[in-house]
Amino acid sequence: MPTKDIAGVTVEVNEEGYLTDPTQWTQAVGEAIAVEEGISLMTEEHWKLVHFLQKDYAENGVMPTIRRVKSTGGIPVKELYALYPGGPLKKSSKIAGLPKPASCI
Amino acid sequence: MSDNNNKITKVSIVCSKGSLEGIYPALIMANGARMEGIEASIFFTFFGLYAVLKNFNTKIKIATVGNPAMRVPDAKGMVLPTFLGALPGMSAFATHMMNKEMEQLDIPPIPEFIEMIHDAGGQMFACKATVDMFHLTTDDFCDEVEKVLTVGEFYELSAGAQIIFT
Repeated sequence: MPTKDIAGVTVEVNEEGYLTDPTQWTQAVGEAIAVEEGISLMTEEHWKLVHFLQKDYAENGVMPTIRRVKSTGGIPVKELYALYPGGPLKKSSKIAGLPKPASCI
Repeated sequence: MSDNNNKITKVSIVCSKGSLEGIYPALIMANGARMEGIEASIFFTFFGLYAVLKNFNTKIKIATVGNPAMRVPDAKGMVLPTFLGALPGMSAFATHMMNKEMEQLDIPPIPEFIEMIHDAGGQMFACKATVDMFHLTTDDFCDEVEKVLTVGEFYELSAGAQIIFT
């Protein structure tokens, strides 16, 4: 398993850079991944999505779809794309220390 | 088309069919492109236009006739012969079953999907030749449709894009 030194700690990642052990995630790790993904400042709105993904994944064991982020997470699609331009669900999942979403929706 | 890393950066999808199995692939591909940060637009033409026609895009059905791959009650069931597929209510029934499956996968109904793609920054256009042929006006379309385009304008807008015909 490849590892990566980030935010002063060593975490296990897969070949695409997604954390493989969610327990290794800290807010500092999330912030550092965000910078790598081109998001230099994580605002409260950014964290709202990350926290929803983490909660929903912990409860259901699968990554939510964009539609679920909208209907259950209460984050409008427009806002999602504005917060995380260029692949909102992929980027936010990576920042959240979760697996890459496997759904087409 | 693609940047230096050979990544697709822009797609133009032509949606030409008005059946459920004709429309969804176009919408899924457009939405999926946006999810990957790929620029996406859909050009609705011929019967594909029904996907963006107000009051009609809620009534899209699966074609149960002339589809030799159609099986009942599920994908590995018996072949549905065309003469049975023509029975009244068969298309509505197959559509109902399919919609149930899609809801479970979080695939939205067509009007909601159109709105999602629009909110995700996908652009949608209607084909002028079809609009004229079907005697439609811009008022007939849902608000997410940006413009009625000639095929020439569509090609202009598609500069640098991969064009996908569905």
